This record gives sequence, C-alpha cells and structure tokens, in this order.
Amino acid sequence: MSNWERFLDTFFNTKVMAKYAPDIAYGMLITVELAALVIVSGLLAGLALALVRSLGFRVLNLPIVFAVDLFRALPPLVIIVFIYFGLPAVDLSPSAFVSTWLSLMFVLMAFSEEIFWAGITSIPKGQWEAARSTGLSFGQTLVNVVLPQALRLTIPPLTNRTIAITKGTALGSVVALNEILGMASSAVSNSYNPSPLTLGAAAYLVLFLPMVIVGRWLETRMRWKR
Amino acid sequence: MLETFFNTDIIGAAWKIILAGLGNTVLLSLVVVPLGLLGGLILSLLAGVRNPLVRWPLMAWVDFFRAFPPLVLLIFLFAGLPFAGLELGGFACVCIAFFLNTGAYYGEILRAGIESIPQGQIDAARSTGLGRIWTMIYVVLPQAVRNVLPDLLSNTLEVVKLTSLGSVVAMPELLFQARQAQSLTYNPTPIVVAAIIYFVMLWPLVRLLSRLENRVLARA
Repeated sequence: MSNWERFLDTFFNTKVMAKYAPDIAYGMLITVELAALVIVSGLLAGLALALVRSLGFRVLNLPIVFAVDLFRALPPLVIIVFIYFGLPAVDLSPSAFVSTWLSLMFVLMAFSEEIFWAGITSIPKGQWEAARSTGLSFGQTLVNVVLPQALRLTIPPLTNRTIAITKGTALGSVVALNEILGMASSAVSNSYNPSPLTLGAAAYLVLFLPMVIVGRWLETRMRWKR
Repeated sequence: MLETFFNTDIIGAAWKIILAGLGNTVLLSLVVVPLGLLGGLILSLLAGVRNPLVRWPLMAWVDFFRAFPPLVLLIFLFAGLPFAGLELGGFACVCIAFFLNTGAYYGEILRAGIESIPQGQIDAARSTGLGRIWTMIYVVLPQAVRNVLPDLLSNTLEVVKLTSLGSVVAMPELLFQARQAQSLTYNPTPIVVAAIIYFVMLWPLVRLLSRLENRVLARA
C-alpha cells in the first residue's frame, strides 16, 4: 500500500465507517436533543432572570448577580463532573444526560442573562418614562417598548455565545454520555481504527457549521442596519 | 452536608495534590493563551489580504474551528493520530488544539479590531514614510487591541476555563488532580475545592468583564 492508501485506510476506512454509522447517527440524535434542551431552557432561564433583575429589588438582584458570576467563572466540565460524580454522595444520581443538560443550561443561563440585561439597560430611561406617562403599565412598557428593541441588540452576541456553549455537549462524553463523541470514541476502541472519529467530526460539522455561518451572517446584517 | 461536600479532614489530606493542579493550570494557561493570541494574530493579519484565494480559505478555516468542539479536536489529536504513528502526548495535543481552536476566536476578535481603524490613519502613517509592517505595529495594532479589549479579555477567560479539558488527556491540571483526589478519598470535597479555586481565581475577571460589556452595549 502506498502512504496515501494507508492514510485513507486509517482515517477514512469505509468498511469501519459503514459499520459504525448507525452508532454515530444515534449519537447525533442525542446531541441534537441535548442541544435543543440546553438552548431553550438556558435562554428562557436567562431571560427570566434578566426580567426579574429589571424589577430592581436588591434582595433578588444580589443572588442573581452572584449566580451569573459563578456560572461564568466555572468551567462547564467542572460543573458536569461535580453534578455527575459529586451529587451521588447525597443520594442524588442524575444521569449523564441530565448532568450535562443541567450544567450547560446553567452556563447558558448565566451568559444570556448578562446579555439580556445589557440589552435592557441599553434602552434610555426616557423611553421608560415616556411609555409609562402614556398610561402603559410596567409590564406593558417592558413587553411592548423595551424588549423589542433590547432583544434586537442582543441577537448577534447571543447567537455566538449560544453556539459556543452548545458545542459543550461533547463534554458529556467525559461522563459516558452516548452523544457523538462518546459513541465515536467507543467505536474507535472497538474497531481499533480512528475512522469513526472522522465520521463523528463530520457529524459535528454538519450540526454546527450552519449555526456558525448563520451567526456570522447575523453579525454583519445587524452591523449594517445600525 | 458540610461533612460530605466540605470535609476538612479530606482537605487536609488532599490539599497538596490540588495545589499542584492549580500550579499546572496556571502554567498551562501561560502557555496556551499566548499560543492562541499568536494564532489569532496570524489569522487577523492574513484577513487584511484582499486576494480571494487567501480570503475564502481563511474564512472557511475560522468557521471550521469555530464549529468544531475543542474536546473533539483534542480527542482526535490524542486518540486518532497515534493510528498514523504520530504519538504526541497530552501536552502537545492540548497546545495544538488550543492554537487552532482559540486562535480562530482570537483571530475574529483581532480582525474586528483592525477593521475598526480608519483607512485614513494607515494612509497618514504610510505618507510619513513608515513601512507597512511598522504602520501595523506602531499605529494599527495598539489601537485595534484597545478597541476590542473587552472581547479579548472575555475570550481569555474562556481559554483559561478551557484548560480543564486537559484533564481528559491526563494533564495533571486542577480538575484532573481534584478528580484523582476524589477517587482516592471517595468524597466529592476535592471537586468542590477545585470549583472554589476556579471561582476565586476568575471572579475578578468576570466582574471586570460584566462592567465593560454593559458599557459597550449601552454605547451602541
């Protein structure tokens, strides 16, 4: 075999790939489920915290700011390891899926709260006062006047952050979650060939490359409009 | 509760192991942050080239590494390359992965910084007789870096946090050492201690960033 053939046989072995393609496909399904859960729950939790913070109660704001700082400072992998290996000590045994989901949800919650909050505070006070003086309630002002403007500003940073955090689903493999990387890794040790890893890498690109490109597009689009 | 998650006996027994991990995390950060910055600087300078033969592959390169989870890249280098007879070891794999992954992020940030400098400044600098390279070094880069400093700091925070991936390829950094201590003592205290160390170490940076970011969006 020539070097090139040996390279193909090692990293692009079609027989091995065909054998493990269903495993990788299953891993993709888990990754997509996990990613969707993380995105929806993380963003909603972040928005909820930012809205509560906009009410301006000091007793509520301090714990919110602390939680946000905490989950921005801790590496996601440390949170996953703590939930998965640490909580069983008090007889709570979340599964690998739940551990990864909760960890990434908290991280996305923290980052998105910061971004939503920055968006809300970027709306000048005069707009609040004008809306309130026309008879709109606090809630109506928030929903009809402030949020529509604030959310537009937050879209580009939010998209990029969400993608970066959602890629963290691969961290689940550390606690033996059967997502793409976990499936690919065990396929590599079973087949003694790295081709499943190549396939797994391709699967990640299929999932995340469109998101990255959309993120880039949003960034430039929003910049033009300003 | 305290007995389980913050057991002083366990801390007494494990603090040396954990502290060694902290030392390695700091050292690792001191290696990979400059590596990422170097990768980013190269990419951002190449982004100034107008030739489409440079421009498009460059964009594809950056998007590729932004779409690729860093852990997958690391595992590929660590567990995949040995099949091709290339056994690099954990440290080298972490360095290459960080150079590629965080370089792409730093590159995007620095590119935005360089693009924020008006062409007139470059023309003015060139007309005084300054060469292209010196214009970059003396005029463009210092202002570019200042303009995107919050983003650079924010990315650096992420890079330092990302060094915890080293534990997956058996680098004896903070998380790895804490997990060793945890499996030796059958108690989660070492992981809690490691988390507290990460938090105490990075909290000042998080505080600073949240103030800078609020200011930036408020100005927009």
